[in-house]
Amino acid sequence: MSVLVDASTRVVVQGITGHQGTVHTAQMRAFGTHVVAGVTPGKAGSTVEGVPVFDAVRDAVERTGANASCIFVPAPFAKDALLEAVDAGIRLCVIVTEHIPFHDMLVMYRYARANGARIIGPNCPGIAAPGKAKVGIIPNVVFRPGRVGVISRSGTLTYEIVNGIKEHGLGQSTCIGLGGDPVVGTSFVDALPFFEADPETDLLVLVGEIGGTAEEDAAEYIQHHFSKPVVAYIAGRAAPPGKRMGHAGAIIARGRGTAATKVAALDRAGARVARFPYEVPQMVAEIVAARAPR
Amino acid sequence: MVKLAEWRGKELFRKYGVPVPTGRVVRSAEEGERAAASGSVPLPCVVKAQVLAGGRGKGGAVRFANSPSEVHAATAAILGLEFKGEKVREVLLEGKVAIGRELYLAIALDRSLRSPVLMASAEGGVEIETVADGAVDRQPIDPFPGITGFERRRAARTLGLSGGLANELDPILRALWALFQAEDAELVEINPLAVVGDHLLALDSKVIIEDDAGFRHPEYAEIRDDRTPLEEIAREKEIAFVQLDGNIGVIANGAGLTMATLDVLMELGGKPGVFLDLGGTDDPKKVTEAFLLMAEARPNAVFLNIFGGVTRCDTVATGLVAAMRQVPEANRFPLVARIRGNNEKEGIEILRAAGVTSVPDLRASAEAVVAAAGGGR
Repeated sequence: MSVLVDASTRVVVQGITGHQGTVHTAQMRAFGTHVVAGVTPGKAGSTVEGVPVFDAVRDAVERTGANASCIFVPAPFAKDALLEAVDAGIRLCVIVTEHIPFHDMLVMYRYARANGARIIGPNCPGIAAPGKAKVGIIPNVVFRPGRVGVISRSGTLTYEIVNGIKEHGLGQSTCIGLGGDPVVGTSFVDALPFFEADPETDLLVLVGEIGGTAEEDAAEYIQHHFSKPVVAYIAGRAAPPGKRMGHAGAIIARGRGTAATKVAALDRAGARVARFPYEVPQMVAEIVAARAPR
Repeated sequence: MVKLAEWRGKELFRKYGVPVPTGRVVRSAEEGERAAASGSVPLPCVVKAQVLAGGRGKGGAVRFANSPSEVHAATAAILGLEFKGEKVREVLLEGKVAIGRELYLAIALDRSLRSPVLMASAEGGVEIETVADGAVDRQPIDPFPGITGFERRRAARTLGLSGGLANELDPILRALWALFQAEDAELVEINPLAVVGDHLLALDSKVIIEDDAGFRHPEYAEIRDDRTPLEEIAREKEIAFVQLDGNIGVIANGAGLTMATLDVLMELGGKPGVFLDLGGTDDPKKVTEAFLLMAEARPNAVFLNIFGGVTRCDTVATGLVAAMRQVPEANRFPLVARIRGNNEKEGIEILRAAGVTSVPDLRASAEAVVAAAGGGR
């Protein structure tokens, strides 16, 4: 068992004929993922990386049994792509596309929730369970099957930390990149219960950043409902207030969502909070060593 | 994000049906005097600096005038001001009104709820952050039905409005919601919404428009906020670029890694100056442009910290080497590179051929750049 994806995951790539769609279809297949279909309106009948392309998600679902979607469709059309996937019965949608207006995302989130579908993202690297499946764009080279769960709001920083875990001789159960936008389909609090229930996850790494209160909410949840050890890192301790640091989410506004409040909350919840990204794998290794049967 | 000046916000209010005082924006004392003399601005009037910072009333950026010559004097005085670091270039003239109660209304995004919220308080006219939590009513608004009748009635009750005033509030709330959605706003705020006689009037506006919806709102593209000239060039090239007061330039990819790099440099005693987030790109030309932009900021040393995902290490290395050849001798700086991830080996090889060594360890590479910039401990 892993979290949200496994060997039965069958992926349809929306926007497969675009550059990113094509490149990452190949990468997902190299990871061992069943990429069964692609969708680009008007391109039905062609193939990309050997994957059949359809005009509509419904066609892809009917013909290939696709049950998860990976969306690369450009921002102005991403809302429609998501609504189409949910309407066709897809229940896990990973949205890689960045710069989707949050007003669109509010509608997408409501529609998905009303239909029992889960969105990961937008503006996210996706989800991967080494040895099973990857839906998204996290580089294959950072992974190795193991028992460390990872939830992160960041992209490349996730790669950095996941790679560090591998370099310490450990591996990952499932890694989810939630995305850095103000409105995300899956938050830390949404993802935590899956890792609590997952028998293949022994401990969890949580990578947060300044802005919003998602990490504070996560700390509250961890304190009361999460029994496994947690190692956390919050990026942006040294970021100046009021400056937007790339992610729309990464901004300190009105004294809320500072690194200090997040670190304090996680500390109170019993997490080990690293000061630097390279301390995370060290802390993970220490916890694993302490738990190992002698 | 685009923060709109008060007068722009009020133009939107007028367009959507939120009542505002009769007024006009002017850019010179003469223009102000003429507006008052011609009657297009009623007298006596309020003269308000059009700056984005709050606290204008106490800061001398709001004055009153009873005659065209007084308007001239007040406008001239305010146009000369520098208010909280912002030069005043525009002044809003508005007919003075007899203010009764001052109320607060806003629609904003609540990220945790993943929903817009309508905020209402009977304690308007002061900064909302200073109002006790219990005095601000917050109602999530579901985008599907939009703002409903029962939500509007609850807002009226919160504000203590009944009868004709409650009837006036109803279309104001509908208008606020319509504006919030149609203009892709992050925040729409009326503070204060004043009771003036038997009517409601929005005496101030705060509207913030979201950047990502720019593709359907080209009209906001020309309204700039507080970017430096280099930040503006970077924005045009779609490179995230932030200037701080330091001497180390950082080129990284992704907001999280960029911020983590900043954290590490600061801890090691370095002073990061310019941050350039490449984002995800596999175009070497974009890397070259980013690097040349960095050179213009004249840092003491540059730290290139890349974890290749969408952005491949060899792409970055190729773009970097091309840029290094173009940087004039006088603008050259020490460079510390750390490239990891997709196509790492190829990237390191390209750099090595150009005489640049990639340091794989984050701490070691950060220490090297802090030393090269002449800082640290």
